[in-house]
Amino acid sequence: MLLIHCPHCEETLPEAEFAYAGQAHIVRPADPMSQTDEQWEEFLFIRENAKGAHYERWRHLHGCGRFFNAVRDTVSDRFLTTYPSGTPRPDLSTLTEGKA
Amino acid sequence: MTRFNAFALLKNALNGHKGWTEQWPDSQPKKEYDVIIVGAGGHGLGAAYYLAKQHGITNVAVIDKGWLGGGNTGRNTTIIRSNYLYDESARLFDHAVDLWENLSQELNYNVMYSRRGVLMLAHNVHDVQSFTRHIHANRLNGVDNRWLTPQECKDYCPPLNISANARYPVMGGALQERAGTARHDAVAWGYARGAAERGVDIIQNCAVTAIRRNADGSVAGVETAKGFIKAKKVAVSAAGHTSTVMQTADVRLPLESYPLQALVSEPVKPIFPCVVMSNAVHAYISQSDKGELVIGSGTDQYTSYSQRGGLPLIEHTVAAITEVFPIFNRMRMLRKWGGIVDVTPDRSAIISKTPVQGLYVNCGWGTGGFKATPGAAHTFAWTVAKDEPHPINAPFTMERFRTGRLIDEAAAAAVAH
Ligand SMILES: Cc1cc2nc3c(=O)[nH]c(=O)nc-3n(C[C@H](O)[C@H](O)[C@H](O)COP(=O)(O)OP(=O)(O)OC[C@H]3O[C@@H](n4cnc5c(N)ncnc54)[C@H](O)[C@@H]3O)c2cc1C
Ligand SMILES: [Zn+2]
Repeated sequence: MLLIHCPHCEETLPEAEFAYAGQAHIVRPADPMSQTDEQWEEFLFIRENAKGAHYERWRHLHGCGRFFNAVRDTVSDRFLTTYPSGTPRPDLSTLTEGKA
Repeated sequence: MTRFNAFALLKNALNGHKGWTEQWPDSQPKKEYDVIIVGAGGHGLGAAYYLAKQHGITNVAVIDKGWLGGGNTGRNTTIIRSNYLYDESARLFDHAVDLWENLSQELNYNVMYSRRGVLMLAHNVHDVQSFTRHIHANRLNGVDNRWLTPQECKDYCPPLNISANARYPVMGGALQERAGTARHDAVAWGYARGAAERGVDIIQNCAVTAIRRNADGSVAGVETAKGFIKAKKVAVSAAGHTSTVMQTADVRLPLESYPLQALVSEPVKPIFPCVVMSNAVHAYISQSDKGELVIGSGTDQYTSYSQRGGLPLIEHTVAAITEVFPIFNRMRMLRKWGGIVDVTPDRSAIISKTPVQGLYVNCGWGTGGFKATPGAAHTFAWTVAKDEPHPINAPFTMERFRTGRLIDEAAAAAVAH
């Protein structure tokens, strides 16, 4: 069972309260009409699928209900940090395992 | 290499089984190959076998970072069926089932393919309607699948609880009688032995760390733990690790890797005659020839390479199984494990050329590629040998995510094993 820190509730809680919501920092195109097929493919389907540090979204579904971002090591499944959506990517070199 | 038959068995029984020879040599890499296959799972080994047997290409190496068959091939719950909704899938999976039927004879290796039938339970009106649609679509494609009433389900699978006041009442089921199971290890071993016999090198414990390209962009070979190996063609069949391998050649794929878990009970006498799947309660079950109940469900919710998965999923799976089969609620579970499966957005596989000349990929089998092993291997070998798709895998290119011509089994099925 993963233990996940919700940055809104400021609490570390079991995975069962949370829903995974895929890769983070994917920006919806500002002008959809101008996008090429390649760009749509990239936006809709291509994912980092990183082995190691992965920027991803979670939702505190059975708690505050809000989305947030996390960096998790996909080899050990350990969370390096969690942070509110809309804030920039944290600098990986400053992160160690823990809540933030 | 000894051929397996009753006579050889008898002869060896008399001399204390000392006369069996090794089934394939543990090869060291040569400097150069015509084709290097990355990943010695059933798909990679099978592709090597068909390259050698059907296309006469024998200067081939299959390279694995671990031991052969140690990936998802040796970790899966071995359900084989072909009753997929779309024409493209039906053709591909039914092609595989055609090959399964004769695979033991073809390989002179008992893969224990057992046509014990796969029954999918319907628990609500939506299930009934969508399964009926599946059955009609399947029959139009010549794929067997038929509707059973609750009583017929019970007759086919006696441990089933069809009482009307069950938590998830059984409203009927879709049965594919030609479907069933096979012995997963034997599939890898049989293909390995058949390929090695025809001159293919099988190189284990040798991770491929990068695909190297020539100045013109075409494939040059692979960097490995045992040094650089030159190759005219490289064919990647690395399941959950496909993204990491393909990235080194600058090919980005629509894949995400998830842990998929399964578990088995202590072995008991034969009680469960077929495979039963239930999408609504989200679990499936069969009994192995050793007597263990083999149980599984869906992937964990998050992407991961940990090859472990979490306990909440196991709890959910066992809860679902004991709901449908209360008879098993005192069974003790023996062990559980996980594999890393590569999932595509439309839940259909990719068997494809790539933008890199001489680089091919067979991936995206996700939670359900064991059943496809012979069919995928056979058509992938064709694509690699001829540098063009086989008619059966032509729709399964990576370009479909650009053109939008998806094969959307994701929308068609909830649990896809
Ligand atoms: C728990 C579980 C249950 C399943 N149940 C079913 C089922 O009931 N029915 C069904 O049809 N399917 C099922 N599947 C899916 C099925 O197992 C897979 O789709 C199928 O076995 C894939 O075969 P493969 O040969 O492509 O992959 P694998 O057998 O995983 O082979 C890939 C190989 O590539 C190697 N590799 C990876 N990276 C590298 C590298 N860099 N260098 C060298 N080698 C590398 C790996 O070590 C591995 O041996 C299940 C999977 C799991 C995990
Ligand atoms: Zn919260």
